[in-house]
Amino acid sequence: MVLVWHVPEFTKGVGSRWEPFLHDPCPHFVLGVLRDVQLLRQNHSEVIISKLSLNDRAPLLVMDRIGKRFGATQALRDVSLEAFGGETLALIGENGAGKSTLMKVLSGAHAPDSGFLHLNGQPFQPSRPVDARRAGVAMIYQELNLARDLSVEDNIMLGCERSRFGFVRTIEQREKVRRALALLGHADLSPQRRVGSLSIGVQQLVEIARALVSDARVMIFDEPTSSLSRHDVQHLFAIIKRLQEQGLAIIYISHFLEEIREIATRYVILRDGQTAGTGSLKETTDKQIVSLMIGRSVENLFPTVPHKIDESAMHVDRLAGRKSPCNVSFQLRRGEILGLFGLIGAGRTETLRCLFGLDRVERGRVRLNGRFPAARPSARIRAGIGLVSEDRKGEGLAQKLSIADNLTLSAIRRYSFFGLLRLKSRHEVVAKWMKRLSIKARGPEQPISQLSGGNQQKVAIARVLHQDASVLLLDEPTRGIDVGTKAEIYRLMGELAGEGKSIIFVSSYLPELLAVCDTVGVMSRGKLRELRRASDWTENEVLSVAIAADNEIEREKDSE
Amino acid sequence: MSSLPTETIEITVRSQSSWRSWMERLGPLLALVLVTLGFAIADQIWGQGRFIEIRNARVILVFTAPVAVAALGMTLVIMTGGIDLSAGTASMLCATVLACTLNADYPVAIAVIAAVGTGAVCGLFNGLFIGVLRIPPFIVTLGSMTIFLGIAKHLANSSTVFVDRQRIPEWLSKFTSTAPPHWFGWFPNIPSGVWFALAISVVVAIILSLTVFGRHVLAVGSNEGTARLCGVNVFATKLYVYALAGVLFGIAGLYSFSLLRMANPGEGIGKELKFIAAVVIGGGSLSGGRGSVLGTLAGATIMGVISSGCDQLGVVNATQDIMIGVIIIAAVSIDQFRNRRQE
Repeated sequence: MVLVWHVPEFTKGVGSRWEPFLHDPCPHFVLGVLRDVQLLRQNHSEVIISKLSLNDRAPLLVMDRIGKRFGATQALRDVSLEAFGGETLALIGENGAGKSTLMKVLSGAHAPDSGFLHLNGQPFQPSRPVDARRAGVAMIYQELNLARDLSVEDNIMLGCERSRFGFVRTIEQREKVRRALALLGHADLSPQRRVGSLSIGVQQLVEIARALVSDARVMIFDEPTSSLSRHDVQHLFAIIKRLQEQGLAIIYISHFLEEIREIATRYVILRDGQTAGTGSLKETTDKQIVSLMIGRSVENLFPTVPHKIDESAMHVDRLAGRKSPCNVSFQLRRGEILGLFGLIGAGRTETLRCLFGLDRVERGRVRLNGRFPAARPSARIRAGIGLVSEDRKGEGLAQKLSIADNLTLSAIRRYSFFGLLRLKSRHEVVAKWMKRLSIKARGPEQPISQLSGGNQQKVAIARVLHQDASVLLLDEPTRGIDVGTKAEIYRLMGELAGEGKSIIFVSSYLPELLAVCDTVGVMSRGKLRELRRASDWTENEVLSVAIAADNEIEREKDSE
Repeated sequence: MSSLPTETIEITVRSQSSWRSWMERLGPLLALVLVTLGFAIADQIWGQGRFIEIRNARVILVFTAPVAVAALGMTLVIMTGGIDLSAGTASMLCATVLACTLNADYPVAIAVIAAVGTGAVCGLFNGLFIGVLRIPPFIVTLGSMTIFLGIAKHLANSSTVFVDRQRIPEWLSKFTSTAPPHWFGWFPNIPSGVWFALAISVVVAIILSLTVFGRHVLAVGSNEGTARLCGVNVFATKLYVYALAGVLFGIAGLYSFSLLRMANPGEGIGKELKFIAAVVIGGGSLSGGRGSVLGTLAGATIMGVISSGCDQLGVVNATQDIMIGVIIIAAVSIDQFRNRRQE
C-alpha cells in the first residue's frame, strides 16, 4: 500500500487515527488521503486530522483548486470542495458568486483553466456534458428538461434507450424504469403517463429517475425547490435521503437556509468566485452563513421601514375567475403591505392576474379611487395597478429587449411627442430609475438577458414604479434572488408603503411574509381562507390553514 | 416619477454604440459590399466588364425595389414573431386588380387605390384570423395564400391580364424604367420607383425605431406575455402589422405590374420565399423580436446583385438558385455563431 510509505512522515503522534483507513480496501481511498496529507504539510495538523476522522471514507468527488477565467473576469479562483457518498453538501452563494460556473465545470460544460477533478479516486476531465453523465455526474436543473409529450418511461430512458437492431427493447427498459421509480419510493407511478400531465413535483421525480438510470454517483440539485409547493419539497427531501442511503453524493444548491439545514450536513460558501467558508452546518449559525455569503455582517435579514396605514385604496368584491380565484373579497389600504400565502395552485397568482385584468374575470368588482376600471391590463394600468409577474423569463421581461424598453413599455406613450419617441429624455429617466433601485448594468440600453436575476427583478419592479402605480401586485418578487437583493427589495417595499402605495405581496416563503407584511391572508382552492394582522399569525397556524384545505382537495381527488 | 433618487450609487452609463453592435447592424451591408466587389472583380477577369456600369446598377435597383418593398412588409410581420406565406400571391392579386381596373377604364387613381386597398384587405384578413382566433400565422397564411391565388385567377379568367399601352399612365411605366441614364450634372437619373422604395424604407425605419407602435411591434415579437402584461393591445398590434404589410405587398404588386405591363396571378407563387429570404439575410430572426430595415434592404439587394452578376458572367439560372440558398444558410449560421459567442 502506497500509504504506508507516506503516512508516518506527517502524522507523528496520531498514528492510531490512521488505522481504520489503512484497512479500507477501497482503492480510491488512497488518493483522498494522499491529498489531505499534502494539505497537512501546509496547514495546522490538528484541523486536518480532525477532518479526516470525521469522514472515515474517501470523498467520492474532489474538486481541487479549480480556476476559471472568462475574458477579464476571474469567475473561479482556487475553489475546492469534496463530496462524500451518502452525504449532502450544500453549495451556498449569492447569484454570480460562481456556483453555476463551478457546477458547469463539474458537468463538463466548461473546462477549468487550472485545478483538478477526481471522481471515485480517478482523475476526471469531462470535456463535454455527455462525458460527465457517463462518468456518473448528473445535474437536476432548476428548469426541468423533459419532453412533455413523451411518456414517463420514454423520458427516463431518453438518450440511453435499450435497443436491438434499432428496435427499443421495451420489456428490459420498463424493468429498469420500474426499478428506478421503486428506488425513489414511487413504484406506483405509471411509466406510460404523459409527462405533461404530471405536476411539477412529479416531473422532477422523473428527472431524478432519469439520472438514476444513467448510474449517477454524484447528483447536483440546482435550486430544486424554487417551483415546488411545500408538500412537494418534503417529498423531494425524502427522495434525496433515499439517494443518500444508496451511497450517492449529493450537492445541493439553494438560497433557503432552512432547507439547507434540513437536508445537508456540510456546506461550502462561494463569494466572488472564491471559497468564503466551509464547515459543518450544525456548528454555524444562519447569521454567520449570511455574512460569509455577502461579505459583510447583516443585522437584519428582513429590513422593515416604518410606514403607516391610511384610508382604503382598493376594494375587491367577490372577485371570481374561471377556476380561481373564487369569490375573493378584501380591502387594501394605502400604505399597507398585504401578504398572500398558499400552496402551489391555491390561486394566489390567479387572483393577482384577475386583479390586473390579465386573466378573464367571471364575476366580481374591483373599486379603485371610487371607480371601477375595466378588466383589461391597459385599463388597470391607467387606474394605477401594476403587476410584477412570477415568471420573470417567460412573461415578466422581454429578454431580448433593453432595460430601457422593458422599463418603459407599460407607459411608453409618455415619451411620444407628435407620434415620435423622445428617446433622450427616456434614456435619462431610465438612468434615474436604475440609480434609484441600484440596478447594476452597463447602461439603459443593455439587453435584459445579460443581467443577473436580482437586477432583472429590479427592472420589473422599476417598470411598475415608472408607470406610477399606486397598487403594486408583486408575485414572488424574491424568488431566485440572492439574499442581499432580497433585503433591498424588502426595504424598497417598506419605503413605497411609506409613500402611501399599497402592495400585495405573494410569496411561498413564509418567514419573509410574516416579517415584511402588515396583513397576511392565506389562500387555498381559490378562496381567501383567512386574513389577519401579520403579528397575529404564527408559522404553524398559517401552514395549518393552508394545508387543512389542501387535504380537502386530496380527499376530493381520491373520491373522483 | 413620484420618487427621486435617495441614494447615490455609482453606475456607469455608457452609450451602446460599441464596436460589436455596429458590426451587427452593418453586417448585411458589409456582405452586400463584398458580394458586389466579388462580382465586379470576376466580371473584369472573365466577363465583359459591364457589371459595374451605371446601367447595370439601374437594372439591379429596379428589379430589387419590388422585392425590397415587400420584404419590408415581411420584416414587420417577422418581427412580431409571425410569418406571411400569402405575400407573394397577395401582391400578384393586387397587380391583377390594378390591371383589371385599368382595362375597365377606371381612372388611374382609383385603380391604384383599389390595388393597394386590396393588399390592405388581404392583410386584415390574415390579421383577423391570427389576432382574434389565435391561429398560428403559418397556418392562416398557408390557407390565404391559395385563397388569394384563386381570387386572382378568377379575376384574370385563369390567364394573364394584358393592358394596352395607352391605358398605362406614363408615370407608372417610367416607375421602373431601365432606359439609358441621362445625367443631371453629376447625378444619375434613378427611376422614381427606386426613390419611392427608399422613401418607404425611411418611413418604416422611423415607425420601427421611433414610434410607440414600433416599440409595441418589438415587444410583441420578443415576448408576447410581457407585452400583454404591459397593457399592450397585442391583438390590435398584430392586426395593424399584417394590414400594413398587406399595403406594402400591394405596392410591390404595383411595381411588378409596372415592370411587366401585365399581371399573371401564377407569378406570385414562391415569391414570398424570396421576401422571407431577404429578411433573413438581413439579420431578421424568425422567432421574432429582431430585424432591421437596413438589413432587409441589404438582403434584397444582395439577391439582386447575385442574379445580375450571374447573368453578366453567363452563369446558368440553376447556379444562381444554389448561390442564394448558400447565402441564406451562411447568413443565419454567422448570426448563430455570433450569438453563441456573446453568451
